[in-house]
Parts: sequence; C-alpha cells; structure tokens
Amino acid sequence: MEKDNCWQCGHRSAESLFCRFCNALQPPVMDYYAFLGMPRRLKIETGELESTFYRMSRLLHPDRYHRRTPRERQYSLEATAILNDAYRVLRDPVKRAEYVLRQEGFNIGEQRGNDVPPELLEEVFELNEALEELRGGDQSARPQLEQARQRFLAMQHDADRELDRLFADFDARGDRQTLASIRALLNRRRYISNLAGEVEKELL
Amino acid sequence: MSQIFQIDFGTQKKARVVGIDLGTTNSLAAYMDAASPRIIPDPAGRRIVPSVVSVAEDGEIIAGEPARELLLSRPERTVYSVKRLMGRGAADVQDELRRFPFHIAPGSETVLRLQLGDRQFTPPEISAAILRQLKKNAEAFLGEPVSQAVITVPAYFNDAQRQATKDAGRIAGLEVLRLVNEPTAAALAYGLDKRKQGVVAVYDLGGGTFDISILKLQDGIFEVLATNGDTHLGGDDIDNLLLDIALEDIQSEWKTSLARGGAAVQMLRRAVIEAKEKLSFVPSVNLEFEFEGRKYQRELTRELLERLIRPIVDRTLGPCRACLRDAGLTPDQIDEVVLVGGSTRIPLVRSAVETLFRARPHTELNPDEVVALGAAVQAAILSGDAEDKLLLDVTPLSLGIETMGGVVSKLIHRNSTIPASATEVFTTAVDGQRNVLIHVVQGERELARDCRSLARFDLKDIAPMPAGMARIEVRFLIDANGILNVTARDLRTGKEQSVDVKPSYGLTDEQVEAMIRESIESAEEDFAARQVREARLEADTILAAVDKAKGNPAWDFQFFVPEYQPGRLYRFVMRAAYLPYESHQQVEAAMRVHRAALADR
Repeated sequence: MEKDNCWQCGHRSAESLFCRFCNALQPPVMDYYAFLGMPRRLKIETGELESTFYRMSRLLHPDRYHRRTPRERQYSLEATAILNDAYRVLRDPVKRAEYVLRQEGFNIGEQRGNDVPPELLEEVFELNEALEELRGGDQSARPQLEQARQRFLAMQHDADRELDRLFADFDARGDRQTLASIRALLNRRRYISNLAGEVEKELL
Repeated sequence: MSQIFQIDFGTQKKARVVGIDLGTTNSLAAYMDAASPRIIPDPAGRRIVPSVVSVAEDGEIIAGEPARELLLSRPERTVYSVKRLMGRGAADVQDELRRFPFHIAPGSETVLRLQLGDRQFTPPEISAAILRQLKKNAEAFLGEPVSQAVITVPAYFNDAQRQATKDAGRIAGLEVLRLVNEPTAAALAYGLDKRKQGVVAVYDLGGGTFDISILKLQDGIFEVLATNGDTHLGGDDIDNLLLDIALEDIQSEWKTSLARGGAAVQMLRRAVIEAKEKLSFVPSVNLEFEFEGRKYQRELTRELLERLIRPIVDRTLGPCRACLRDAGLTPDQIDEVVLVGGSTRIPLVRSAVETLFRARPHTELNPDEVVALGAAVQAAILSGDAEDKLLLDVTPLSLGIETMGGVVSKLIHRNSTIPASATEVFTTAVDGQRNVLIHVVQGERELARDCRSLARFDLKDIAPMPAGMARIEVRFLIDANGILNVTARDLRTGKEQSVDVKPSYGLTDEQVEAMIRESIESAEEDFAARQVREARLEADTILAAVDKAKGNPAWDFQFFVPEYQPGRLYRFVMRAAYLPYESHQQVEAAMRVHRAALADR
C-alpha cells in the first residue's frame, strides 16, 4: 500500500484523517501535533485544544464506528488512542515540553534523578529534619512545614512563569539553547513539586 | 389467520442491542424505547433478576428468582454474589469464601472453580447463567432474538475482572459490544447532559462494590475526569455485620451455633437484609427468626445500624477525596451528585455524601435501575440512535511492566482517557535469545508483587542474534472497554511479532470457546424438558394478557393496523414463533377467540 494513498479507494489522501474521495477513515499519524493539525508550538491555548479534542473525539471514537468495517474500527481505536494520548500530553505544559524535548533528541528519562539543585541544599536539609520530627509525633514542626509548603508553592509558581517565558522564546526562535534551558528548569520544577508533595502528605 | 401474519417484517430494523446491569445482588436488562430507556420485565412482570444461580441434582441450571428460593433449601449448590469472584484467584477470596455456603474445587489458583454437586463451574459460567436468563426475558418481551449487549462493570474493575465479564457474555451467547462503567452509565441515564455543562460526581455503593466517578459534561460529551473505588465494599459487608450480631446472639441464647453456610444461616441472612432495608425508612424494627421450633428475636434500631456501618461509610470517603484530588477539583466545584446502588438508600450514606460534596444528591431515578437504564442509552449510542451523546471514560488503574528488581515501570497512568496507548522497545539480554517475557501488572504500587498481575506476554520466535541487537516494539493499548490489547513489531524487519498471552487470572480464549460449546450441548440435552415447561407457563401468561386486552379499544386498533404500531400483538406473534409447537397452538387458539369476539361486536 502506498503510504499516502487511501487504503479503500486508492486516491491520494495525504495526512488527512479521512479520504477526501470515499470518506474512509485513514490510519492515524503518530505525531501529536500533526495528528491534531496544530503547529508545533510550546505555548498552547488550552481552551482551543479542548474544543479540538472534543470535536475530534466525536469524529473518531470507536462508539461511532461500531457498524463500520473491521479495518475502520481498528483505525478508529488506534486514532482515538493517539487523540487521547496527545490531549493528555499537550494540555499539560510539563508533559508537552518533555514531548518536544524528546522529539528533539533530549534524553528525558535519565533526567529524573534526585540530585538536589544546589540553591536548595540547605532548605532541603532543614525540611527533612522537620519532617522527621512530625513523623515522630512532634507537632511543633507543623508551622515550619506549613511555611515550607507555602514557599515551595511560590517557587513552583515562579518556575511556571519562567517556563511560560521560555516557551514563548522557543516558539519565536526554535533553538536548542532554549530547549536546554527548558530542560534544566523542568528538573528544578520537578524537584520542588516532589518536595511540596512530600510536605503536603505529612501535613494531611 | 392470514391477516395477522401479513405483518410487514421490513419495518424491523437492525438488531436491537440491550443494556445489562450484571450486579452483585440483582441483575437487570433495559432497552431503548423511542426516546427513553426502559427496564425489561420477565414474563411475570418482575423487573429484577436476583443474581443467584442454582444447580440441581440432574445438572439443571436455574437462575434468578427460583434460584433465590433454593438458597434456603440447597445452599451448598446455590451461588450468590458471584460478581465478587469474577477475575480472581483462590488466594484473593479466602475471606469471602468462608462466608459462602458453596465450596471451591481444588486447583483454583488462576481460575476459581466452584464445586456444585458433582460439577464444577467458573464464575464467568455462573454469571453466564444469569445473563442467559436476562437474554431470554428480553427475547420474550421484545419478541425478537437478542444477541448483542452492553454490560456494565464497576468502574474500579481491573483487566481480569472485565475480561471475565466479557467471557460470561460470550458463554451466554451474547456479543458484548461494550463494557461500560457503572457510575458512567448512571450519569447517562440521568440525561444530565441536558444542562449543557457542569461537573457531576456519581457515588455508587452497590451490593459488593463501591465506585466514585467525577465527570465533566459538555454539549453531550460525558468526559470522566477521574474514578476511584473499592471492588470489595458494599451492602454485603453491612449484611455480614448484622448477621454476625444475630449469630452471636443466637449462640449465646440457644447454646448452639448455626452451621456456617447452612440453610438456617441463609434464612437468617434474608431476615437481616429485610430488617436493614426497613431501617432506611423507620427508626427501629423487630428482627425475627425461627428455626426448628426455636425463636429468636431482637430489636434493631437505626442508631445501632449507623454505629455499625460508620466505618464502612467512612471507607467510601477516602476514595471520594482521592478522586476529587485526581480530578483537580475541590468539593464546591461539584455541581451535581448522583446516587447509585441500593445501599445509597441508607440515610447515613446520603448524609455523608451530602456533607462531603456540599450538594443535595439526585435520587429521582430508582438507584437499583439507573445503571441498566444507562447501559441501554450506551447501547443506543453504539447503534447510532443517540449520536448527540458520547462517553469518554478512563482506566481506573495504572498499567505497568515489571522491570529489573521487580520494580514497576508505569506505561499508562490511572485516569487516562481510554482508548489509551503506550509503546516500549524491548531487546534480548543473551546471544541467540528467542523469547522475551513481559510481565504486565495493574496498580499504583512501586513493586510488581504489590500490584495485580495481569498477564505475561511472550514475544516468541525472535530471530537469533547477538544480545541487545533485537529491537521489538511493543504497543500496549487499552481499548474502550478498559481491556488491554498487546501487539508487537520487529523494528528491524517491520514485521509483526507473535505474542503469546498467559493471563494471570482468568480463562484463555480456548477455555472460553470450550465453555461456549459445552453450554450449547448441555443446553440441548439437559434443558429440553425445562424449555417445554417454561413455554407452557409463558403461553399461560400470553393467554391471560390476550384475554385482558380484549376489552381495550387500543388493542383493536393495533390489531387492525399492525404495521402502523405493531405493539403487543406483534410481540406475541413473534414470541409464538420461538415457542414449541403446543404453546404456538395455544396462542393461535387465543387469537381465534379474540377474533370471534371482534366479529360478534
């Protein structure tokens, strides 16, 4: 089968969901941006993404293909899986950035290490002490942890703003330098949110 | 006669898909009638089929209400709450089995087998007997063969439990077009989409399972944001608490203990359930029980019940909070709350839900029926009769593979919208290695042994080559039923790689096929006599209905203009076609009487 030709009628139907001639559902493309018909940008308007998701769900969902040919049912299943995967990844700024980083050859998996960002070393040390105290039943550590939680949330907020700025930079320039900065920031942000999560768990 | 049989069969459209709620305690079927879903009653007019199956000495299988009666006379051959055993291994259900009067057969590690008399049955086969009863009721009521169904499952059911439910459908001769999560079905039934948009929480406390789902509604799309639950928490647990109290009382009063699993305990269980149900409406009831001339009675108050079940109600609140957190919402962002399942009639449950979500729950629809009604709506969606609606559900549990040191690498996270997929590339560790074994698990824990083993996938016939050279891409895809499909491709050749599936709990395809064959064969042998007996009963019902309808002017209208609104007569004629000869004659006789009556006028 020619890659770009419709499997049913043989007409060219390059990169569209349905054949323009016989309307048969085509095998889906795997790239999230291409699949959704969106330019590859890091800044995404989530409301727009959501309406694209709903619109395409109505077109592609297996519930709609129940009485069609087995082949179209299979394509509908695969296409909807990609649609759902794409929506889940692209609506979340962090996952979206990781997706683009991975496409650009950055290794994301190995960046999940637990190296403490140097500027947080002291803070983390104190925090662990306070956490130990609370786990040991010492409630006096509570206010300190509450403060730490607030501080982490603020730091997370700052990181998000910074991320937003870097996203705009990348969309304007498309350079690897910006992507490298984004990767570094994502690591820091991940570390902070893990800390915040840990504190929150103890405070509950 | 000719006039009657000139009905235009062309008006009969595509085969009807029924919706089925295969519950722990009760099961129901529903269909879509014009615009709204309706419950399908049995020939006697009962809307509920108790999920009870009994096997007679001669191997005859009885399901539903008659089986429920047999719980008292032959408890060791009668199965109830089989849903709790679906997709489970013997080790999972030790506690449970202690309470059941029936026994499991030896060698039930991967697939439970219940020993009923001299025969063994797997939980899917028992469920199939219930489904067969529902199918038969539906065929009698609708007057047409029914071969396709949407069946509901608890949202928190894992892969094996879902697969077992699908197997049950196949064994019963039903093509299961879709498994729908029960809370989602309930939201569909409520037609809450009419409000255009909003966030709905569905709290579903049934006989054996608890589910909480939070949905976002927008222009007919029902998007599940998060789900949580406990597949081992429900009304059964409340019954057991009350039963334990009564058993203790009796032991101290009578100085003998009732044999576990015996008929007496089943009678006591029934009395306790009745008392529990009454306590939802009155502050106190008298529990009475008589056995072999001895009498036991005590007062049960709602206050005592509430004290007893407080821990159970509290156990439902944890999943509710987790679900809110996963959906990224706070309680005040929930616009509506829907209650599902018989246990939500309990005032304490209602008030706990109301307090948590700060919203007055919906209770307009019967909580026992709402799930089946929703299944019928989903059936209509699949048939193309409700295209304005679309359900987007999620997978309740994370899916992962076991890696080095027994650690789980998560591939698809819980609460991902389904269908969902993930791709991983595998290679060989030893020169010339021909197989790669992938252990897939479900659950949230870090270690594979703390998760639920789902299956082992064996990538077979890998071309021999040095270690690390093979590149096999495996695609894990969870379909719209929440069931995992695995395909593999050799990246070097681009060819499909064969995969052998060894489910950890549950039946292989071959086993299911064998059960289907067996059920068809035994159906022919064992049940021929029973069918005739039932046909007679059914004919009696029809005769009575024909008699009663004679005086009704609407009946005459339908009679003369069958193709316009075939209605009941059409169904009777169709039904007659499925019945054995003698009842066919009875129906014809009834028609003759009826026509004579018309001619007289």
